[in-house]
Amino acid sequence: MDAPMIEISEAPIDTAKFAHSLGDPRAGGYVAFEGWVRNENEGHEVLRLEYEAYEPLSIKEGEKIVAEARARFPFFHARVVHRTGLLELGEVAVWVGVVSKHRDEAFKACRYIIDELKVRLPIWKKEHYVNGDSGWVNCERCASHAHDHDHDHDHDHGARRALR
Amino acid sequence: MKTLTVRYFALFREQAGTAEETVQLDASTTLDVFEATRERHRSPEPHGHCKVAVNDEMADWATPVSEGDVVLLFPPVAGG
Repeated sequence: MDAPMIEISEAPIDTAKFAHSLGDPRAGGYVAFEGWVRNENEGHEVLRLEYEAYEPLSIKEGEKIVAEARARFPFFHARVVHRTGLLELGEVAVWVGVVSKHRDEAFKACRYIIDELKVRLPIWKKEHYVNGDSGWVNCERCASHAHDHDHDHDHDHGARRALR
Repeated sequence: MKTLTVRYFALFREQAGTAEETVQLDASTTLDVFEATRERHRSPEPHGHCKVAVNDEMADWATPVSEGDVVLLFPPVAGG
């Protein structure tokens, strides 16, 4: 495939176009994951999201993740696209597609790729809330919480949130 | 003292009020750079969940820095 494996896109993701691009007569299984913008996080009503990515390293790290997935669960093709900019509720923020000979490798590789990219790609998400506030996910609330409690214990809730 | 370029992203850019600056620091590692800039910009975020890159290669907090390096400071990521 000549298409780039990892893409950062300011434009809405045409999932059908990406799925079609993975077509391969050898492939018997296709699995895709779509991450959508939802209306609530940690008890806050979310109005929209804003994503920022550092593209050069998102692509480099994303390619590493796909190579790791391929070594574990051999598949034919995989593609990843992640949005940047302002996204409204229901929009696709991230799409991962994998095709393989049989379904098992496609399911497992797709899961591996989405789980790893959430914690490794230099991409940041700012939530804009219905009440007018906004905040960077995994950052400010974590920091202000740490402040309130005098740094007396380790805070790994940011990491846990990122893994969800 | 080393002259380094430090680039800030997302929360760090907002806290620093700039996306990039050239600094003169007595720094041996990326962690020294992080701590010095954290103090400079009064950022409360500890380095624990942050990431760092040097000259567009992912690094860790023990990675040495040299004169002229570009150090990229990434606050906790949240893709997907």
